[in-house]
Amino acid sequence: MAVLETHDLIVDIPGRADGQPLSTRIQPGQRWGVLGPNGAGKTTLLHTLAGLREPRHGQVLLDGEPLSHRRRRQLARQLAVVFQERQDSFPATVLETVLIGRHPFLSPWQRESAEDIRLAHQAIETLSLTLLRDRLVSTLSGGERQRVSIATALTQQPAIWLVDEPTNHLDLHHQVAVMELLHQQAAQGAAVFMCLHDLNLAARWCDHLLLLYPDGELCFGPADTMLVPEALERLYDQKLSVAQVNGAPVFVPG
Amino acid sequence: MPVANARALPSLLLLALMGGVALLLAVAVGSVPMDLSQLLDVLSGGGAPLYQELVFSLRAPRALAAFATGGLLSLAGALMQVLLRNPLADPYVLGISGGAAVGALASMLLSLGAMAISGSAFAGALISTVLVFGLAQGRGSWTPTRLLLTGVVIAAGWGAVITFMLTLSPADRLPGMLYWLMGDLSYARSPLPAWLILIPATLITLPLGRSLNVLARGPLQAAALGVAVRPLEWSVYALASVLTAVAVTTAGSVGFVGLIVPHMLRLVLGNDQRIILPASVLAGGALLTVADTLARTLMAPEQLPVGVITALLGVPTFLFLLYRSR
Repeated sequence: MAVLETHDLIVDIPGRADGQPLSTRIQPGQRWGVLGPNGAGKTTLLHTLAGLREPRHGQVLLDGEPLSHRRRRQLARQLAVVFQERQDSFPATVLETVLIGRHPFLSPWQRESAEDIRLAHQAIETLSLTLLRDRLVSTLSGGERQRVSIATALTQQPAIWLVDEPTNHLDLHHQVAVMELLHQQAAQGAAVFMCLHDLNLAARWCDHLLLLYPDGELCFGPADTMLVPEALERLYDQKLSVAQVNGAPVFVPG
Repeated sequence: MPVANARALPSLLLLALMGGVALLLAVAVGSVPMDLSQLLDVLSGGGAPLYQELVFSLRAPRALAAFATGGLLSLAGALMQVLLRNPLADPYVLGISGGAAVGALASMLLSLGAMAISGSAFAGALISTVLVFGLAQGRGSWTPTRLLLTGVVIAAGWGAVITFMLTLSPADRLPGMLYWLMGDLSYARSPLPAWLILIPATLITLPLGRSLNVLARGPLQAAALGVAVRPLEWSVYALASVLTAVAVTTAGSVGFVGLIVPHMLRLVLGNDQRIILPASVLAGGALLTVADTLARTLMAPEQLPVGVITALLGVPTFLFLLYRSR
């Protein structure tokens, strides 16, 4: 269980004026979705929350302590990040890549234990990658690689998930499977914070939403209070129609 | 990792054995050949005085210098490839050999002694390193691409200076200079400095292996997994630079070993740095020892530059491994 807090946070996007400061708490069990047009700063915010970028102003705190006061290794034991972009300049198998999630828990001389390997196998199974286990990651499709990244984070057993576009490259079935996995992680007490470009996924799977406007303005709150067509139309500068499917709103352009 | 784990220890033992055999071979072979029993006699303190002299004053120091140089270059190459996340990186990619060569050639041009040649080669290597890092830093922070470009351009600059110095040199000094440029272990006087760096460096890199595995996946991912990226990168760059500088000071700019040995091992053993780094030390050492033995015996009494032999041995082996890899 861990709480991620921001105090008057302004992220540092070069060449952009300070936006509205963000002060909020992301609590265990919550599923936050960040919505905004391209370039609104979703990824920059996610990286800042992970402590990978210095904020221009304000602080990010994990359990009351500023991220900058903690060692990266300590942070990585509680907080996992799934990136949108990945580098694999050297060949590695799926199993090796997923097992890397145990890195923060091992001392420099320690090798992965049977338990670490079991956790990796379990994550591989959860993301339906068992048949690909010994394949080189570089030979996988975009969607398969995305699942490898999520499996790596799952192996990290984080209390806080920071996920940049979890459904990138995924087919419909795996989109649902991944969102269900994140839902289940939250139900078990993790805090989940994800950037999404798909409004309907956010409407269906998030209980809190943060809207980032391109001019740096922002608003956030429980999902049902944020899903106001006028606000979303202004967010994307796009006319929207709303339909109800199984009692949930579905937004369609036009 | 698990798959490679099972192969790790046997592979390292096999490479260590190959290293030992290469060293014994280097000591036994030459203008006065020795068989195994004579060699064992000498090594256990007996044997004819001629053999004693031959082994302990001539062949063993040179073989040990060759082994250490090969180990230093391969380790430096493996580290550079991970740090720059570029398979084409080698120990000289940041212009270290060029700086060392300018220093060494200047000493030769001025007819200074062997000590001065080593000293100025080392100084040149360090000046080049500081220059590349200083300039790559620029006004922002460096990235692998920026560092690589700066290194390549500085190396080109050194190359021009080297060619200029060669054209100025009197004809009788040219062969020595060319040999130095291609790498030649007859300049190696004592193997001690190289070993004094190689052993601690190998031990230091062993516990860094897993962090480097993570770093190979990019600095952001590594930071998210708990690696202190900047301190790790800086210390490993500094280490790789010192390793290269010592290697170049010992034997001139022996090419190819630092680029090829880590790749050959990756093709066979996978890409776990915990295995690749120590394996590089052993395989690089063995390769350069064998190459140097061939260099001084193939056309005896003529000696060939060892760099020629490493390339002649390495190119077909590497191409074969690459061809049959998946």
